[in-house]
Amino acid sequence: MKHTISVLVENHSGVLSRISGLFSRRGFNIESLAVGPTHDPSVSRITIVADGDEHTVEQIEKQLNKLIEVIKVKTFAKDEFLARELMVVKLSVSAAKRSEVMTIAEITGAKVMDITLSTMTLELCATYADLCRFEEVIEPYGIVEMVRTGTVAIEKGSEVLNPKK
Amino acid sequence: MKMTVSQAMVESLKKENISVVFGYPGAAICPFYDALLAAENAGEMRHILVRHEANGGHEANGYARITGRPAVCIATSGPGAVNLITAIATAYADSIPLICITGQVNTEQIGSDVFQEADITGAAEPFVKHSYLVKEPEDIPRIFKEAFFIAGTGRPGPVLIDVPMDVQKAVIDYKYPDKCEIRSYKPTMKGNYVQVKRVVKALEKAEKPLICIGGGVFASNAQMQINELANKMQIPVITTMMGISAFADDDPLFCGMIGMHGVKRANYAVNACDVLFLVGARVGDRAVRTPLALEKTTKIIHIDIDPAEIGKNIGADIPLVGDARLVLEQLIELSKPLAHDEWIAEIREYDAKREYAPAPEGTLQPREFIKDLSDALPDDAVICADVGQNQIWTCTSYAFRKGGRLLTSGGMGTMGYSVPAAIGAKLADPERQVVAICGDGAFQMSFMELATAVQHGVDIKVVVMTNTRLGMVRELQTIGYDDRQTAVFLDGSPDFIKLAEAYGIKAVRAYDESSKQKAIDLLKEPKGICFVEVVVDKDMPTL
Repeated sequence: MKHTISVLVENHSGVLSRISGLFSRRGFNIESLAVGPTHDPSVSRITIVADGDEHTVEQIEKQLNKLIEVIKVKTFAKDEFLARELMVVKLSVSAAKRSEVMTIAEITGAKVMDITLSTMTLELCATYADLCRFEEVIEPYGIVEMVRTGTVAIEKGSEVLNPKK
Repeated sequence: MKMTVSQAMVESLKKENISVVFGYPGAAICPFYDALLAAENAGEMRHILVRHEANGGHEANGYARITGRPAVCIATSGPGAVNLITAIATAYADSIPLICITGQVNTEQIGSDVFQEADITGAAEPFVKHSYLVKEPEDIPRIFKEAFFIAGTGRPGPVLIDVPMDVQKAVIDYKYPDKCEIRSYKPTMKGNYVQVKRVVKALEKAEKPLICIGGGVFASNAQMQINELANKMQIPVITTMMGISAFADDDPLFCGMIGMHGVKRANYAVNACDVLFLVGARVGDRAVRTPLALEKTTKIIHIDIDPAEIGKNIGADIPLVGDARLVLEQLIELSKPLAHDEWIAEIREYDAKREYAPAPEGTLQPREFIKDLSDALPDDAVICADVGQNQIWTCTSYAFRKGGRLLTSGGMGTMGYSVPAAIGAKLADPERQVVAICGDGAFQMSFMELATAVQHGVDIKVVVMTNTRLGMVRELQTIGYDDRQTAVFLDGSPDFIKLAEAYGIKAVRAYDESSKQKAIDLLKEPKGICFVEVVVDKDMPTL
């Protein structure tokens, strides 16, 4: 089962390697990992999507908490969080197919970022699953390059993941 | 006060009451050694020059285990630091507090593969509780304060501080912080009251309760409390290898070590009990081979200071996070005296009469030797067992009485641990008799430390059981690989008596009754370093 875990960490160099090292060392499978600053410059936030059963997730949480620079760990309950991921994809598209791709973009909400005589570059921000569906739809047009950010997530409602609490 | 970072490092060590350090110098740690010299000359610090960095780490390990506080080892950059990794991993596996200081190449050279450069914080990352690569000279006092705090509190462990040479030479305004505040590190010490009450209830309701103690009892210095609780509630006690000597062997409640190499009585008890109370024991694979089966039939109560250990190897019906000593004190207060005479008698039926495999002429029965040695040594002797058959012989045959102590590499199983650990232990408490017991395999991994002991006048006693074999691997090959013995023959080993004598150490070879007595008499001597070779048959079984 897939789990989305938010980790607040000290904004120190080397923290990311401790966390990724922990996952590989303990045999936890990471599906995606996204890291970035927060509104508090001393705190970075890492969102990890990991695969495993209940016992594995409990161990992931506990082992993460053991790292000195980890301030807070939260595994989101199913459907209790909002998740987004960005995809940027370059398609090999000749003039003849451009309007078809434009239609797909319009329907899916993707934006055209760049266009050349032989390619189109699209961006789409959506959930992991939506991006997978989007990929399926555009795949026949010829994907030549693709990049995804990994999921970031935040809890629904007024609850806040606070480093101080 | 203005001073160099190197001086600040020495001052910080002094503030942490460090008076002995173990190390091996090199170019990248020279500024620090220069500052250390001044402290040595002032009689404030003693530097023990080891003969290999890994052994320096094990010496600090032995020292830390006897003092109960973090101990310091030092290595230079590159190969020195990398050599230290075995000791760091050994300490990590047994939760021993170490402060490992390494030199690093100049800051602007980091990452360019210069001479003796190694990414030691990266390489040691899986084995440290925490590590620092010091980039800002001003951070040194805070980092030292934090490092000692992190290493010595919660579940103890090694902390690495890697200091580039230019940082060591920088001048800072030194002030040692009084306390450190790490927002993300706050170990739970006292047990949750509701859980403590549940534990008391479960223990009181149990018909066949059993306490299993591990290394956590030493880490929290809870030997007295575990004795008090066990005796008050009349609950029999078994130990893991790491828990040996936390409970006196001659206590009627004591039932021995469990596990693959444990004693029958303890393994019977763990299978027959209805409530198993784990105290600072992580239920490693060598202690309990089938935790899932045990979990089904037995109610498990688990105290550990590390929440990650609870539920990791065995499911707990009542988890309790906290420091063993504090939690046991809470339990002692809330519990009432009980009796379990029938249950204790049931386990006692498995009291094994000591039956040893016979030793051919010209060799000694190793377990008998160890038993006789334990009868001869003072109660508070420290025994450092190495890894292999000698470790199991020691763990199952040495009768630890109150105040005695076993040191061994339980988690990592690092060969060559015993001799350096004995040096560290002896330096930590020079009044106690300290004996290293190892095989001829392990001894040849660290016998260079005899020079360290001689140079610094550390009166350790060394027992080497020689069978010209890596005995435990040999036995594994005999049992598991149709006796296809390979790569276990230690032919080419030196005459160990001559070797010891070459170091100027008094040595005896024990191979019959009279030489055995001479050997034991020599090991009893409070003063002087001595060496005993015990000749053991090549096919001697572990159990």
